[in-house]
Amino acid sequence: MGTCRLSATDLACRRGDRLLFARLSFALEPGQALQLAGSNGIGKSSLIRILAGLLAPYAGTVEREGGLGLLDERPALDPHLPLGRALAFWQAIDGAADNRAERLGLSDLLDIPVRYLSTGQKKRAALARLIGQQAPIWLLDEPLNGLDTKGVALVEELAAEHCQSGGIAVIASHQPFALPGLARIELSDFLPSPAGRGRGWGIDASGEPPPQPLPSGEGLS
Amino acid sequence: MSAFLTLLRRDLTQLLLGGRRGGALLPVLFFLAVAMLYPFAVGPDAPVLARTGGGVIWVAALLAAILPLDRLIEPDLELGMFDQWSLRGISEELLVTVRVLAHWLSFGPPLMLAALPAAALVGIDGKTLRLVELGLLAGTPGLAALGVLVAALTAGLRGGAALGGLLAIPLAVPLLVFGAGSLAPGGESGLGLTAAFSLVLLALTPFAAGAAIRQGRG
Repeated sequence: MGTCRLSATDLACRRGDRLLFARLSFALEPGQALQLAGSNGIGKSSLIRILAGLLAPYAGTVEREGGLGLLDERPALDPHLPLGRALAFWQAIDGAADNRAERLGLSDLLDIPVRYLSTGQKKRAALARLIGQQAPIWLLDEPLNGLDTKGVALVEELAAEHCQSGGIAVIASHQPFALPGLARIELSDFLPSPAGRGRGWGIDASGEPPPQPLPSGEGLS
Repeated sequence: MSAFLTLLRRDLTQLLLGGRRGGALLPVLFFLAVAMLYPFAVGPDAPVLARTGGGVIWVAALLAAILPLDRLIEPDLELGMFDQWSLRGISEELLVTVRVLAHWLSFGPPLMLAALPAAALVGIDGKTLRLVELGLLAGTPGLAALGVLVAALTAGLRGGAALGGLLAIPLAVPLLVFGAGSLAPGGESGLGLTAAFSLVLLALTPFAAGAAIRQGRG
């Protein structure tokens, strides 16, 4: 699978006028996996998009070595095409690698237009797209959403195999994810300032946080 | 190169057949409908129709080019296709170039074909028809580029489709002025200016639309 590396240094993320997290650092070597945990709205998806290079961090740097594969809530498969042809498009782009459609339980669905698939089936289809890409770094944003227990076990199994073969996996999920050696980062530990919690940084029990001016603290510029 | 062809094949099937958003036939039918309505509105006065018909064909072509704006960029943005392409190192500039080409193929040549029956409907003569066809050949690539550019700028905005139409019409005025101007006696040089404006739009669009798509991420 080639060498791969993914490291983040002093990341901060700003959405609108709200700072979601700051001073977040980690480094992943081949075979390692990391779960980004935290409640809704705390910035898991934003962090995944920053790691993917789709969103510029407010501060800090991300270093990537090796191809990136992204799985999020959008399957990126043409809705009106039969599943087989929608997946074939990505196989043509990625080079025709085995996407394990059979193992993902998709072999009977290949003739069905993507828009008729259920949420869980679409998730499985997106996983087939991800596996066919053969990227060493997997960025999974809520990979378990919409999956039944068998599907959850399958995703955990596939992620474990991916890491065993020297890949990296970053999993953003509020659900528990069973994976041997899975490291865990609680995003709530990286709120801009510990004292800020009560002032409405991040999501607190009262629901929507009020917009706050940006702190001028060090490390954020 | 193979990625280029794969992308072009997908874009062409999407824009020609259109999935649930209507394919290439819709703008052509719209174009013919305008050309058909015009004699009804103006009356069957042959000299008047022949004198103004070429201009009407140009206006109809411009309006027909605006119809597919909302399905040029927005659907793929919603699907997350652009993010997936970006992760694979395929630049937005290449994607936009492919899309302009596919968009032109799906409405330029069909419109030029439809201009033949439209010319008969408004009763313009052979010489004018030749100029209309040459003008469309020079102008539709610019309209295609402009369409993709405006679609990229307005993708993701609420009411983006209506806004896109409003934005595209003034920007298309030079094409209309030069293209329809070439039909006036001694106005043949308008063809060259139409082509020149098309080239400017074609050169600008990949960079401007590519930047718009990147900036629209968030």
